[in-house]
Formats: sequence, C-alpha cells, structure tokens
Amino acid sequence: MYCCIHNAKHLEAAVDLFFEDEKIITMTPCGHQPIPDNCLLFDATGLVLMPSFIDAHVHLREPGFEYKETIESGLTAALYGGFGQVMCMANTNPVNDTAAVTSFMLQQATTSHPYGPTLHPIAAATKGLAGTELAPLGELKNAGCVAVSNDGRPLASTEIMRRVMEYAADFGLTVIDHCEDPTLAPQWIMNEGEVSSRLGLKGQPVVGEALQAARDIMLAEYLHLPVHIAHVSSALTVDVIAFAKSRGIAVTAETCPHYLLLDDTALEGYNASCKVSPPLRAAKDRAALLKAIQDGTIDILTTDHAPHALHEKLTSMDQALVGFSGLDLAVTLTWNLVRENLLAEDALHRLWCRTPGQIFHLPTNGFAPNDPADFFLFDPHVTWVPEADNLYSRGKNTPFLGQELTGRVKHHWLKGRQLF
Amino acid sequence: MSTTNRYLWQHKDLLSIEQLSSEDIFHLLDLAQSFAEINRRPVRKVPTLQGRTVILFFVENSTRTKTSFDVAGKRLSADTHALSLSGSSLNKGESLLDTGLTLQAMNPDVLVVRHSSSGAAAFLAKQLSCGVVNAGDGWHAHPTQALLDCYSLRQAWHDNFADRTLLILGDIAHSRVARSNVQLLHKLGVNVRLCGPRTLLPPCVESWGCHVYHDLNQAIEGVDAVMCLRLQLERQQAGLLPNLAEYSRRFCLGPMHLTHAKQEVKILHPGPLNRGLEISDVVADAPSSLILNQVEAGVAVRMAILYLLATRK
Repeated sequence: MYCCIHNAKHLEAAVDLFFEDEKIITMTPCGHQPIPDNCLLFDATGLVLMPSFIDAHVHLREPGFEYKETIESGLTAALYGGFGQVMCMANTNPVNDTAAVTSFMLQQATTSHPYGPTLHPIAAATKGLAGTELAPLGELKNAGCVAVSNDGRPLASTEIMRRVMEYAADFGLTVIDHCEDPTLAPQWIMNEGEVSSRLGLKGQPVVGEALQAARDIMLAEYLHLPVHIAHVSSALTVDVIAFAKSRGIAVTAETCPHYLLLDDTALEGYNASCKVSPPLRAAKDRAALLKAIQDGTIDILTTDHAPHALHEKLTSMDQALVGFSGLDLAVTLTWNLVRENLLAEDALHRLWCRTPGQIFHLPTNGFAPNDPADFFLFDPHVTWVPEADNLYSRGKNTPFLGQELTGRVKHHWLKGRQLF
Repeated sequence: MSTTNRYLWQHKDLLSIEQLSSEDIFHLLDLAQSFAEINRRPVRKVPTLQGRTVILFFVENSTRTKTSFDVAGKRLSADTHALSLSGSSLNKGESLLDTGLTLQAMNPDVLVVRHSSSGAAAFLAKQLSCGVVNAGDGWHAHPTQALLDCYSLRQAWHDNFADRTLLILGDIAHSRVARSNVQLLHKLGVNVRLCGPRTLLPPCVESWGCHVYHDLNQAIEGVDAVMCLRLQLERQQAGLLPNLAEYSRRFCLGPMHLTHAKQEVKILHPGPLNRGLEISDVVADAPSSLILNQVEAGVAVRMAILYLLATRK
C-alpha cells in the first residue's frame, strides 16, 4: 500500500514521507509532491519524524528472570519507546552461551512481535559468563547473535579478553566490554567521591572503569581488532577513548541517558532507585560525557535497560540491585538535550540509529529510497508523568518515575506497518 | 519531671546529626542532663513513658548500645523489646522492609535500629510511621554516640565549644562515630583534626572541612581532646594494614603523646577498647579519660531521645 506521512517535522523542516510496503519511496519538502488519490494519508502536523532507533544494550531477562521482564514485554516497551531493533545481553538463566538459548530468544521475539521490533541477541563471551572458557561463538553467530559480551560479569583476565577479541573476530563479531576492574573496590554501592564519603557508602573510583577501558584499547591496537566500550560513565574514560581515537585504534563507545542527566548527588537520602552499574558519577563527568556525545568521542547511546522487580529496589542500599529500566523513557529523556540546544536533532539520529547500525552491521532507515520503512512520530510538547501503569516494561525501576516529562513517542511504523 | 514537652521537637526520627539545629542539640543535651539526675537516685525509674513501647531492632552485633537504649527505656518505664540478628527473620530471608512493617504492626512508639548498611535507618524511617532512632547504620551515622560524646565534653567544657580543637584518631573511613562527631562538633564551632593511615581515611577527606594528619605526634599538638576510635581487626585482612603491631606503633595513644596536647586534654573512646592497640592502659585509665562518663552519658542522652520521639505530638 502506498502511504504518506504528511507535514511531519524532520530536522526543522516540514516534510512528506512516502513509503510503500516495507520500503521508503522518498521524503520531500511538505507539499512539494502531489499526493495521489490512492495514497493512505497520515496527518503528522505538530509531530517530529525520526527513524526507528537501535538500542545496542538491553537486558530482557528471558529466559530465567521473567518476573523482571520478558522478551514480549521488553519489546513492547521498545516499540512504544521508539526502538525498532534491540540487542539483548547474555546474562539470562541459562546464559546465552549456546545456539539453543539464542534460538529460544529469537523465537520468543518473533512469536510475540512478528512485525518487530527486531531482537538481536548478544553472545556470551565466555561459558556461563564465568570468564574462564570461550563460549562457542561460531555456533552463536550462526544462531543469530550479532555481537559478543560478558556484560554484567566484567572480564578480570586480560588473557581471556585477548582471546575473546581474537576468536570473535573470526566471525566478524565485535566485543562489547563492560569495563570494570573487579578487584578494585568490590561490593561498591556508588561512585567514590565526596558524596559517598559523606554518606558512608563504599564507592567505586572512576579509575576502576578507565583502567579496563585502557586495557581493552591497548589490546585493540596490538591485535588490530575492534572493541566497543559499554556504558561509559566517567570523564577519565572519555579521555582514554579520545587518546585511542587519536591513535587510530578501532574503538567505539556508548553512554546512556542517565549518565547525561543525573550525577551522584541523586543518591543523597539513600535513594536506592539511583543505584546503577557503572554508578552515576560526579557533575564534571556528566559534563564531559555530554561533550563527548556532541563531538563524537562517544559514538552511540544505549539504555542499558535493566528491569527489576519492585522489591529488588525497595530495600537497603547494600541489598538493592543495580540498574534502571530504560526503554520506555530514553527518547523522551534524550529529546530534552535537543530541546535545550545541547544536541542537534540530527545528532540524536546519529547516536541512536546511524552509528549503532554501522558498528553492529544492522539495517537503518536514512529516509532514502529503498531504506526500510522503520520510523516513529514524536510529540515534543506533550507533558506526562511516568507511572507504574503507563510504562510498558515490567521494570518500573526508573529514577524518573513520578517526575513530569515533556515529549513522548506517539506512533511507530516498522516495515511500513503502523504498530501503534 | 513534667510530661509536657515545652520545646517543640519537630523530628519524627533521629537519623543523623545533619537534621538537628543547634537549638535541637542544646535542648536535647539539657534534657539529658535532667534525666541524668534520675540515674543517680536510689530508685532510678520514673513513669514518664509508661505504656509506651520501644522496639530495639539490632541487625548487627551490639552489646553496649543495645543495653544503653534498653536501660534508658526502662528508666522511663517504657516497655522495651529487643530483637537481635540471631532471632530475626532477616536470617530466614525476609526483606528489611517486611521485617520493618511487621514490627510496626505491633504499634511501637519508637523503633531503634542498628544495621550494617548505611542508610538502612533512613530507609525504614521513610517507610514506617513510627519514630525511628538510628543506633548506627554502616559507616554512615551514629547520632546518639555523637550526642553522648558531646554531652561528656560539655561536662568538662561547659558551653565553651567554640575554638576548641579535637582530634579523631584511627579508622575514620569506616567509622559512623567519626562522621557523626565531625558534623556535631562543626555545628558547635570545634576545630576537628583527623589522624590515621591513608588507607583508613575516607575518599575526598578534604571535603570534610578537617585538618588531616598521618603522624600522631603532629596531629596531637595543642589539642583540647582526643577521640580514639576502635580498630576493627578485620581491616588487616582486607589489606588496609600490614599488621597490628605497626598500627599500634604509629597510632596507639600513649602518655608521651599527651605531653604535646593541652594540659587539660580530655580522652574519649566509643568502646569497646582494644587496649594496647589504639589506646594504652595508662591513657584509658587516666583522670583525663571520659570513657566511663561517656557510657553514663549514653543512658541519659538516649532517655532524652526516646522521650522526645515517643511524646512528639
């Protein structure tokens, strides 16, 4: 069917988007091209048109932790949050270290969401994520995995990290590393700094992240292989990545909306809802990360969507689990940066869509003829308050719960089909 | 003792010194002083809190603090009930919140909480409607200890706190006693020095507003009081100290150190003491030592706290 999204705003201009079946036909200035009689017209006046985003770092909890999230509920949150493709980490139970688990995940995704969003599992780097033996990456790649990571269980052994990078490269898979020196400040609760000092909470120094990032980068240079640094949280790690890029090393990196919007003062009053890994850092780290997504030192944004049940967060600081539910709110939260002129609208497309597509070899919509007709319409003016009953993820564990936000995804098309 | 509360105490809970104004502090210390008088009578019991219930919820080993709260409650005729770690259902996997809600359902007036996790008392106070007293949470705060320390110093210094200098010696990083005392002493205008090995000082210690030393001889120069902290023996296993002998050589407070302090220097220690490790026998037992006064003050201060929270309108 021939369709037109009429009078949408796209990069400050009013546009008409024509698409048929699963493909983009063309995007033109609004009214530039006559709309044929047989065309299904969607009036998008007042709404912003963006390509469906990719979230390259989520935890969907299935199999094993379905009480936190299922693939069905996680993908629903993705759909309503503006994401057309999500890459899910392997720390399920059983761990995604065999083709059987990967196939199960993909089957759950296609059964529950036949028209998308699309799920791309990430293979465990080591068996059981134990950090000692390589996982069968060939088998996992053939089953549908698009990258490799030991996320959630940092790789302590540099030797294992080297072998994972080498072996993954045999299959063209990029290694995503959760950078954390597990021997430095084990059992940390928050960032080490003035706030942790005052609150009497064990802190993780920024060095714990930057050291592992530096290790990975040196391995990447030595081995001439790529590495992707997950959820960068500190200014020091940004400096390490900038150094690597200045040497032409094949390093890419991500950060998450919460590191751009919150700092460790959010934990004042023992707010366990703000406990996350890596921890929220100091205000200067937040400023450095904002600059890094503007100048490209950090390549992409991810949510690190980490849903948990209420009782797992509503407890003492030492018992509370780490992580935020992110898929529902990420676009709303990062649009704030556009509204405040801290980020160009096009940079949002780059960080959430184009560059993750390039790094992980996923198809994206650049609104050119024959691109996949995956896009959403965003209302930049609507105000709303995220509550447990209006978030689609089972994980209601976001520090923004109950706070008035502006902007929300209103409609989403995947493969040319309007899914809401 | 009148049962009407003339001064308006505004706090549902006592969680940390930060929440208290100077007026709160001096009112509390005055009240404690009046209760101290009861503690010296032949019959040391008044009916002030008759019919009130105080639950002592101690999820971390404690003997003296728990006993002190227990005695304080009983002297005011409150019914006190102790629940300790071994008897608590937290050992059976119950969450802190569920245990707290269960205790609250028994309608206590005050819940006294000791917990190994910083912020645990604040968490319970937020979730429960009864008054919560923080009797020590992790490394964070031990407000009644700081208040009783202050009470003891006030006996010696009267209200002349400003421009005094007090040295806190030992494991500052892991000490809720140090955190609460620094806050309280700063509110009263006392200069606070900290002394210990770098491995036992908190991160960003410069943000605490104290002078920091790593050498006891320098740190003690001209001070009005020294507060020794108990060294937890597990710090050595955690790789923070080479051995106890070296710690003792560097930081055990001995009589020679005191010759560099003011002549009328006062010695405090929250107990229990590791004699010969952080404090020598001679210093612990010297006339300038307030250590046993602190224990006595503890009962009076906790009587005042229980009274204020249980009778709050």
